[in-house]
Amino acid sequence: MKTSSILGALLAYAALSILPVSAQDMPAAAVVAAPAPARTVGVPDPAPVHPDLTGVFADFGGMPGMTALMDDFMAIMLKNPRLRPFFENSEQDRIKRQLAEQFCAILGGGCVYSGRDMQESHAALNIRRADFNALVEDLQTAMDRKHIPFRSQNKLLAVLAPMNREIITR
Amino acid sequence: MKVVSNSFATRLSLAIAVACACGTVQAQDANALNAADETATEPEPAIGTSGKLLLTGGVTQIEGSAGGGLTPWAVIGGYGTRDQIGGNAYYTNVAVDDYGLQSYGALVGLFDRVELSVSRQLFDTQQVGALLGLGRGFTVRQDTYGVKVKLFGDVLLDQDSWLPQVSIGAQHKRNAEAGVLAAIGAKDDTGTDFYVSATKLFLAQGLLLNGTVRLTEANQFGVLGFGGDKHDGYSAQLELSATYLLTRKLAFGVEYRTKPDNLSIAKEDNALDLFVAWAPVKNVSLTVAYVDLGNILIRDQQRGFYASLQFGF
Repeated sequence: MKTSSILGALLAYAALSILPVSAQDMPAAAVVAAPAPARTVGVPDPAPVHPDLTGVFADFGGMPGMTALMDDFMAIMLKNPRLRPFFENSEQDRIKRQLAEQFCAILGGGCVYSGRDMQESHAALNIRRADFNALVEDLQTAMDRKHIPFRSQNKLLAVLAPMNREIITR
Repeated sequence: MKVVSNSFATRLSLAIAVACACGTVQAQDANALNAADETATEPEPAIGTSGKLLLTGGVTQIEGSAGGGLTPWAVIGGYGTRDQIGGNAYYTNVAVDDYGLQSYGALVGLFDRVELSVSRQLFDTQQVGALLGLGRGFTVRQDTYGVKVKLFGDVLLDQDSWLPQVSIGAQHKRNAEAGVLAAIGAKDDTGTDFYVSATKLFLAQGLLLNGTVRLTEANQFGVLGFGGDKHDGYSAQLELSATYLLTRKLAFGVEYRTKPDNLSIAKEDNALDLFVAWAPVKNVSLTVAYVDLGNILIRDQQRGFYASLQFGF
């Protein structure tokens, strides 16, 4: 099957040519330091600034859009039996504000994240992987409701996903 | 499903029952744990089920392992996270020009670490069966028992790392038609494939890539036996797939799988498919594909459609 062989070769080539692009993106972005408060040495930056993602920040509707998103996000989580226990007795307004700051900072929106690092802020919560994933799902639901493009959602989630290492403690 | 033996049906339903029971028992354990731990101040939600993100358990490939349509991926099937058990059952129908192939089975994913699967493949020779003197619609039956173990990595979460999720697996295949297989030159009616799969989601790009290397003796997935008069013994085969995520629920992609060419009676070609996978909700997924299987026995250019329905948790 000549056509199959050619397609196979094309696929292999496509795979190889796509990979280096993301390889360059990720470590470079991770190196940029956030203009955030002093942090514990050795703990990953909770709000690494990605200046290349300012277009994504625009897709979120800037800071007003981010603030509105967090209202929806928190409301959805409080209806989720898996997540409600983590938030129902917490300072929801502060969490929403700091999440908006954090996401804005990450997406190059110029905000300064004023919260604690991810390890310190989640240490006492006994978070499982399924809890972390449930939060991601609710964030996706909230972003869908705000009609944020799927590609832009994923660019933000790609920066947030590695934070699971500090957040998931059991 | 023309030749469903009772024993297989029983085993299959047993596997599904066990999978469901495990999920229930686990949920009860979690509740008991919560009751005993009432004094604790930390939130303690139930362990529950289906904690993985949508479609990240993959669909079920033709030999019953979690993956794409043709090739296994490094993911552990079902929606269980490392604290949970997941499972699913599937039915796949492939209709190419002169043959039909059905596959159905179930799998259990244990703690996002180990996957156990059992499946059946039915290869319907249709008119070719009559031409070969086997009888029209002669159907070859094969049962496949699979195991897969995740070694390291996380397909989704390690977005700042190059490391893919890597798993190793085996598929033990037992073909029920020893006499026919010997007549076409196959050396054996049972065989075991061994594979290693690396799978990585590049989330910012919306691209899921998989590469699998399989050591196999199988002719046409095993439905034409194992080893042959032209070549006997294992050979290494490459399986590649690329999937683009359109939305959370919808993905499309391409898969390519090289196969050995062991029989002198008929050339065996590599396989290709172009697929769309849709998961309207977590418990259900539907995959449809255009598939090109090349030459099979005395008929060349076997192209057609593939449809697979999966239910799970």
